[in-house]
Amino acid sequence: METTAAPLTMPAAPAGVDAARRRRHLIGVAILLVAACVLPFLVGNYRVFQLTLVLAYSIALLGLNMLTGYNGQISLGHGAFYAIGAYTAAILMDKFGMPYWMTIPIAGAVCLIAGFLFGLPALRLEGLYLALATFALGVAMPQILKHKSLEQWTGGVQGIVIVKPEAPEGLGLSQDQWLYFFTLAWVVLMFFIGWNLLRGRIGRAMVAIRDQPVAAQAMGVNTSLVKSLTFGVSALYTGVAGALGSIAIQFVAPDSFNIFLSITLVVGVVIGGLASISGAIYGAFFIQFIPNVADQISKAAPWAIYGIFLLAFMYAMPTGVAGFVRILRARLRR
Amino acid sequence: MTIVPLRPLRWLAASAALAVASLSPNVFAQAAKYGPGASATEIKLGQTMPYSGPASAYGTIGKLHQAYFKMINDNGGINGRKVNLISLDDGYSPPKTVEQVRRLVEQDEVLALFQTLGTPPNSAIHKYVNGKKVPHLLLATGATKWGDPKNFPWTMGFNLSYQSEGEIYAKWLLKTKPDAKVAILYQNDDYGKDVLKGVKDGLGAAGAKMIVKEATYEVTDPTVDSQIIALQGSGADTFINITTPKFGAQAVRKAWDSGWKPLHIINNVSASVGSVLIPAGLDKSVGLVTVQYYKDPNDPQWKDDPAMLEWRAFMGRYYKEGDPKDASNLYAYITAQTMVQILKQCGNDLTRENVMKQAASLKNFKSALLLPGMSMNTSPTDFFPIQQAQLAKFTGQLWQGFGDVISTGAQP
Repeated sequence: METTAAPLTMPAAPAGVDAARRRRHLIGVAILLVAACVLPFLVGNYRVFQLTLVLAYSIALLGLNMLTGYNGQISLGHGAFYAIGAYTAAILMDKFGMPYWMTIPIAGAVCLIAGFLFGLPALRLEGLYLALATFALGVAMPQILKHKSLEQWTGGVQGIVIVKPEAPEGLGLSQDQWLYFFTLAWVVLMFFIGWNLLRGRIGRAMVAIRDQPVAAQAMGVNTSLVKSLTFGVSALYTGVAGALGSIAIQFVAPDSFNIFLSITLVVGVVIGGLASISGAIYGAFFIQFIPNVADQISKAAPWAIYGIFLLAFMYAMPTGVAGFVRILRARLRR
Repeated sequence: MTIVPLRPLRWLAASAALAVASLSPNVFAQAAKYGPGASATEIKLGQTMPYSGPASAYGTIGKLHQAYFKMINDNGGINGRKVNLISLDDGYSPPKTVEQVRRLVEQDEVLALFQTLGTPPNSAIHKYVNGKKVPHLLLATGATKWGDPKNFPWTMGFNLSYQSEGEIYAKWLLKTKPDAKVAILYQNDDYGKDVLKGVKDGLGAAGAKMIVKEATYEVTDPTVDSQIIALQGSGADTFINITTPKFGAQAVRKAWDSGWKPLHIINNVSASVGSVLIPAGLDKSVGLVTVQYYKDPNDPQWKDDPAMLEWRAFMGRYYKEGDPKDASNLYAYITAQTMVQILKQCGNDLTRENVMKQAASLKNFKSALLLPGMSMNTSPTDFFPIQQAQLAKFTGQLWQGFGDVISTGAQP
């Protein structure tokens, strides 16, 4: 983990250089946002739907990255929080007739509590042991969702079909385009919050715990609180993503959230770049599109092709796509 | 001089007029109508298949379909049009199915979906395809809910419905072994519960007394050994085994190894000799009972059956890598034949509406690979193509049919 960690605290630089870098950064983000707003008008509804899933995944990956990339805790069970978020949204809409946009913050809140509670005992576990504990959660989740006592809410194995939200009248957007912009708004909000969180005191405390837990404690960081809060916030992000994803897919079922989803999220975080905010977006593109590309190359062994892609990415970009981009940019500047 | 060059022209004009006059009624009669995915040269179909993931054993069905349509195309296609089947992997994961089916409908613009496989994947797209009015035909699943023309007029299943199958077992038990003590193992999902409902409905009031133990497993479980031991411990003398192939093989094996010798009914989903009974051990499978509605490729009584010879020739020529022992390959052949029949019936009206209309007007369609005496019938109120079956017992080499072909009534 240490080798791939990105330097978070910037080397001290003259104020002018720092401001220039900041401006460049802001311009970059603005260009990206404009592109994201234009894109759904250039491609068909099916592609817009896929991009909506990319946006949802990017929120989940940012959440997992806080935990794994910044705080150094490995979770192999974040698919479970994705499922909780998805089911919270689905149940609220299906059983309580709640409008879709209200379900997202509630899904996030439910996951925050679930993540915090799970994070408390998990604190005693370090590294691989925590990975196994979360793995247990991920493996158990599909069966918990099928359990008889929950069936009246979850619909059991049949799952829940969600009605697709209509675009507000007068905007002239298709349902898919509207859902895309709705999700994009959440991405902007969540990334803004994440950026503030990770660049500030809390972010530094998280990284300190990852790199030097003893030193962090000595400096007055409340390790256990920060760790379980990180777990909770990470789960919140993943839950919001799950809710957005389920509204886009219009269907939740236990089989949608198997352990492979959790592994896929870890893959996305690592491919995108550990401890990198933009990495979440690269990772989301990878987990959304590479399986399709692999399927197109070979019907007989799509996962073998996927494996080759994975190896190629890891070999060519050992610090993830974000790290690769960072190196490229540094080279260009020179 | 001026007349001479006019003459041939006039002749030409006259003959042209004549030709138009004689052709025009024909031209109007044949004016072809095309919906999305159809043209004068091509019919585009789409499907999702589990080429990867827990149900990948069924991937062979999609591969056979592609081979079958290649044969059809080599022989000139359907009414001169080539069939282009776009078959995509969904890994048996519902969100992936939604994504792939949206691609098929919105990007590839297929005329119809054909044999999308599995109950959870089809559940995920059920509302979507009906909203989009895309024919969703001959689904490779036996769930009873696919035959609901009133609420889902664009969806039609294929298999003998799971409930009908369960009912057939129950009726047979009531008749031949009314004092049976029944243990049931079922997959904890739509499919397992559907068969179970058929069994319970079929047993009726007697069921409460006859069923002594039920156990379930998850499709993600590694084995069903502990469930078999629990069922055996209940003292049951009859075992209804509602499992998919991998677990079917495990259950047959474990029931034998543990010394339990019940009357063992195994559902049709796991009745394949190649993928279930051979892995379980043929000697351990003697006496198993199931239902059948198509011929068993391993059954010597069909060795020289013309339909079987035709199928084998096809397998040798177009699908060499396929296993000729695997009944899934025969099943897939029948479903492809049925799809071709529907498309033939469509004639030159290849709109989605007409495809659905023709799918709901199969009249006495006989695939020679179905058991003798069986045929397929559908109507605007009956979306169950297969409603007949026969019980069969495993002899150690093959499934031997016994009793008559049993018909079940139209489902609600």
